Amino acid sequence: MTTKLHPLLIVFAAVIFAILVAPLFIILGAAVSDTSFLTFPPQGFTMRWFTNIFDITAFRTTAITSLQVAVTGTFLALLIGIPAAYAMNRFRIRLPSWLSNVFVLPILVPEIVLGFSLVKSITIGLELPVFATLLIGHTLLVLPYAVRVVGASLASFDFSIEEAAISLGCPPLKTFFTVVLPNIGAGVVAAFILAFITSINDVSTSLFLTGPGVSTLPIQIIAHMEQFFDPTIASVSVLLMILTVGVMAIVEATLGLTFLTK
Amino acid sequence: MTVSLTLDNVSAHYGSTQVLKDLSLSVKAGELVSLLGSSGCGKTTTLRLVAGFLEPSAGSIRLGDRDLTRLPAHQRDIGLVFQNYALFPHLSVRDNVAFGLKQRGVGKAERDAKANAMLERVGLSAFAERMPAALSGGQKQRVALARALVIEPPLLMFDEPLSNLDAKLRVDMRVEIRRLQRANGTTSLYVTHDQEEAFSISDRVAIMNAGRIMQLDTPEVLYQRPANSFVARFVGFENLIEMTVTERNGEMVTATTKAGASLTLSQTVYGAIPDRFILAARPDGLAVRQSGEGIPVTLGIRTYLGRAYQYQCTTSTGDLTGNGPLSELLEPGAQAVLVPVPEQCCILPPEA
Ligand SMILES: Nc1ncnc2c1ncn2[C@@H]1O[C@H](COP(=O)(O)OP(=O)(O)OP(=O)(O)O)[C@@H](O)[C@H]1O
Ligand SMILES: [Mg+2]
Repeated sequence: MTTKLHPLLIVFAAVIFAILVAPLFIILGAAVSDTSFLTFPPQGFTMRWFTNIFDITAFRTTAITSLQVAVTGTFLALLIGIPAAYAMNRFRIRLPSWLSNVFVLPILVPEIVLGFSLVKSITIGLELPVFATLLIGHTLLVLPYAVRVVGASLASFDFSIEEAAISLGCPPLKTFFTVVLPNIGAGVVAAFILAFITSINDVSTSLFLTGPGVSTLPIQIIAHMEQFFDPTIASVSVLLMILTVGVMAIVEATLGLTFLTK
Repeated sequence: MTVSLTLDNVSAHYGSTQVLKDLSLSVKAGELVSLLGSSGCGKTTTLRLVAGFLEPSAGSIRLGDRDLTRLPAHQRDIGLVFQNYALFPHLSVRDNVAFGLKQRGVGKAERDAKANAMLERVGLSAFAERMPAALSGGQKQRVALARALVIEPPLLMFDEPLSNLDAKLRVDMRVEIRRLQRANGTTSLYVTHDQEEAFSISDRVAIMNAGRIMQLDTPEVLYQRPANSFVARFVGFENLIEMTVTERNGEMVTATTKAGASLTLSQTVYGAIPDRFILAARPDGLAVRQSGEGIPVTLGIRTYLGRAYQYQCTTSTGDLTGNGPLSELLEPGAQAVLVPVPEQCCILPPEA
């Protein structure tokens, strides 16, 4: 199929692309600048800002917290989200139609509001430790992705397969693990990755939930920038970018990125 | 071991709507019974009740000496063949067939051997390693059949298993299903809305309407001696004529139509004739004559059938269709009479 593209459209697309990609290049440039302040274009070349990250304890500890929260939070969200998505698809007719929307609420509510309401209810109300609060917050933050993405792959799942397994003598719970789960595996992986990336990059919700001694990497980046305006920020951003791109590359290679847009 | 299936006054509801009404049905050991009826009459619902995916709101279901009514679906030991095949997409053909055996704790070597033997019987040995997505519709349905048969269930159930296949394959597959069912002597319940399929494959057919069984009989009896006007219409008795007896004279009975036409019928031919009844006839059961005793009609459109002419006829109380001989070409608009051909007509109770 050959579609003629209008020259203006090409120009337009190029401009948009440049606007999207330019900041990434600027950050990359700033990260290797041999100056003690953020600047672009870079002056000189050095890798010391990258090694500097690892010398600053706060970056190390917050990176570990971020990973722990992202992995555990995503895992918890899937633990709640998969059965919820399953129930909503399996018993669609018998459930009220607004129920599925409840699980999207955290996406629709501004993250600032979500963060603030969690402070009110968890930090102040329950007086839980900071890490637990952070974990609950992130679980809620990524739950919609788990429900939606797993739900999308369940929507095309033929439930008569489940009945076939049951009629052949497989108990219902075992059927879920041996027949349903293997057939929605791709959706579960996609949900995991989307949720993980959302969690690891989150600022607004975490801002409210972090406390004395416990913080996440993105928050630490902001805190660092307020004190030192040096290229360390840029180099951390580059590392975060590489992590995200790496995860995406794995998804693309194994499942195809269309999974994330479905 | 062959056992019988009995449904006793079973009712089923979806929410507050009743879908099955006091349905009773018995499939004898080794017999294949079809449920035949139009869309939405409750065939699938009946199957799902027996399979255990739906609980009856009243009544009981028995398989041999086992009471299935409250038994969980996975303990019922019933082979199911679905309309859309419902193969496990993530398992090979062999693993699909072996699935039920695995649930029964049969060891790997034995279940593979049994699965292979069953695939051989349905002619799919060469496809054992394939994934279901790489099979044609007919092959998928054979795998589904093998998967249900290999567990040697006391009861097999089919829900429109052939409706996704093309016409030629449908005929081949139904012969194959019948062959395998006969060979194992497995009691079977078969759902279809295709009359030809039901009549050709079944020992007996249950004709269903709106959650009830209207008649359960052999195809021959259904075709020749329907028990009520619903079944009569279903098997092609287009002409249903309401009649009232006016005179009884030994075996001979005189009855009149609503329009006043009078017929003399013999109880030796028709059996006992009640005071009010419906005379049912296919087009070839009403002979078109120019004159004589019969129902007076005005002839309408004439169609050539090869062995006879068929006439659309009008009367003051409705339209009738009759056949006339090739030797006698009658023109539309002419007056004629329709004479019942005794062996081709039957007497039905009046509609409620
Ligand atoms: N899950 C459900 N909820 C509510 N009503 C249902 C449900 N499933 C079926 N019904 C209704 O029950 C009636 C019987 O349905 P059933 O599926 O048994 O029909 P069927 O005879 O198998 O028809 P078909 O030939 O179209 O498959 C129909 O009127 C249908 O609308
Ligand atoms: Mg059906």
